[in-house]
Amino acid sequence: MEIKKTALAGTLESSDVQIMVSQGTNGLEFDLVSDVAKQFGEQIQATIEDVFAAYDIHNAVIKVVDQGALDPVIKSRAITVCQRALDQVDQPRWEVL
Amino acid sequence: MKNKVQREIPDEILSQYHDGGFQSVDFGHPTIQRVAPKVLAQTGPSKVVDSIQQVVRDTVRDGMTISFHHHFREGDFVFNMVMREIIDAGYQNLSLAPSSLTNVMNDIVVEAIEKGVVTNITSSGMRGTLGDAISHGALKNPVIFRSHGNRARAIESGEIQIDVAFLGVPNADEMGNANGMDGETAFGSLGYALMDARYADKLVLITDDLKPYPNIPASIQQTEVDYVVKVDKVGDPDKIGSGATRFTKDPKEMQIAKMVNEVIAHSPYFQDGFSFQTGSGGAALAVTRFLRQSMIEKQIKASFALGGITKPTVDLLKEGLVAKIMDVQDFDKGAAFSMRESPNQQEIDASWYADPANKGAMVDKLDVAILSALEIDIDFNVNVMSGSDGVIRGAIGGHQDAATAKLTIISAPLVRGRIATVVPAVTTVITPGDSIDVLVTEIGIAINPKRQDLKEALAKVPGLPIYSIEDLQKRAENLVGRPKPLAFKDRVVALAEYRDGTLIDVIKEVQD
Repeated sequence: MEIKKTALAGTLESSDVQIMVSQGTNGLEFDLVSDVAKQFGEQIQATIEDVFAAYDIHNAVIKVVDQGALDPVIKSRAITVCQRALDQVDQPRWEVL
Repeated sequence: MKNKVQREIPDEILSQYHDGGFQSVDFGHPTIQRVAPKVLAQTGPSKVVDSIQQVVRDTVRDGMTISFHHHFREGDFVFNMVMREIIDAGYQNLSLAPSSLTNVMNDIVVEAIEKGVVTNITSSGMRGTLGDAISHGALKNPVIFRSHGNRARAIESGEIQIDVAFLGVPNADEMGNANGMDGETAFGSLGYALMDARYADKLVLITDDLKPYPNIPASIQQTEVDYVVKVDKVGDPDKIGSGATRFTKDPKEMQIAKMVNEVIAHSPYFQDGFSFQTGSGGAALAVTRFLRQSMIEKQIKASFALGGITKPTVDLLKEGLVAKIMDVQDFDKGAAFSMRESPNQQEIDASWYADPANKGAMVDKLDVAILSALEIDIDFNVNVMSGSDGVIRGAIGGHQDAATAKLTIISAPLVRGRIATVVPAVTTVITPGDSIDVLVTEIGIAINPKRQDLKEALAKVPGLPIYSIEDLQKRAENLVGRPKPLAFKDRVVALAEYRDGTLIDVIKEVQD
């Protein structure tokens, strides 16, 4: 699927994660900022990649500012940002939830 | 060699270390020979000198050990003033031996390390940019971390031999009689600094308030003082007690505090005349509030409160619920000013407070200690020194010392953000699990298996779920996931001593 517009989900509150997605041409390009990047960076990225795969997005620039979010939070923010970027907020894709 | 808490201490470090690896929390009854300071006799009439520059020139030489106290905390001006003169004068190879290092001291210590001015450090702890620099290998020789009681022991035994102590005080007279409880920059007890005053070869007092002679009460006495320097300001009163005393509204902290109180109130130690020490964190202050209620309900009064003192503890003294406060430092203005007025708030030095190598310390008589933790593992070992990324960001403080109490409670949330507090093995062992009795988290408590008596006493308390510590560790892991293990280089950047001077753990350079 093509990114239709740059989208943002989440806040910078502690235990939240803010994800910004814009168009890309070179696969999923991650820019991850997190205090727990050393221990959980790969897991955070993997969680987001799974959601993007479910939305069939294979090219995007993904900027992640993590404030120690747990996995379910990261997943929800990733789903929201995908729907916003694909302009699908009125038709949630229940099957990926 | 692996020590008793299963930490690998490199042989080349152990061989230079006369006390060896950590063995036991029991200090035993060794005979100790103390050292005494050199004294240059003088009769006055005044010890006041014009500038820090002059006194540095008169006292400091390459290779010396210099010391400071941290009672001004984040409001300290003295450390920076003195270190500036020392760096600018170009001294080399100094050992820095302050009671602790606060954030306001970080930048100038990093500068002193870079310029070769400081080549050795011992402290209770460090944080921020300094902890980061040390963890990345900025200092060639490992930093030595000591608890407040252990620092007192090491000074008395001569392991820390202080050549010049620079002590900031809110008031002093021309001969050096001074205390910490009067004046604009009053911080209360001079507890940690009293060790330096008694054992340093040269003692320099720095004050912004010269009082008429003789100045009393004299916590530091003129018999110990070589120089008095008058400066414009020794500190920022607003930052001396910054951020410590604040009642929490965090429901998680309230829940923990409530359960800590239940543990205390149902323990066999909760009897008339019991004693306790709490910290200054949000949960610890809330504990004091709940404890007050339990004491009133059961008509129980405490014989003494110990340690770092806060306003809520002083309020208990005024209410008559606590008979005496034994005060080594004060975390807020309320506690600092009350020391001046209350005859039942006794200033104590770090040796009296917590030193194992004397004829009896206050912590030996302590019933209940409530302490915090960055991490606690399934052997109940506690880390208060290194962060989840392996970087130094903490202080031993009185943790190891107070943990020798009859009932030592660690109060900590199960997880902080995505970081588990209860872990399979702590990053750095500071306080051995042998001295920890109960862990209290927001979901329930875990009791050290060697305390069967407590297990029975706390078994039927409503609202106090008991888990094994392994269960709590798994619950934390289920919430946050399993972290990738931290990567360290081989080089040792810091040593953590136990309070008896043995090595309990080493901290290695982080790999980024």
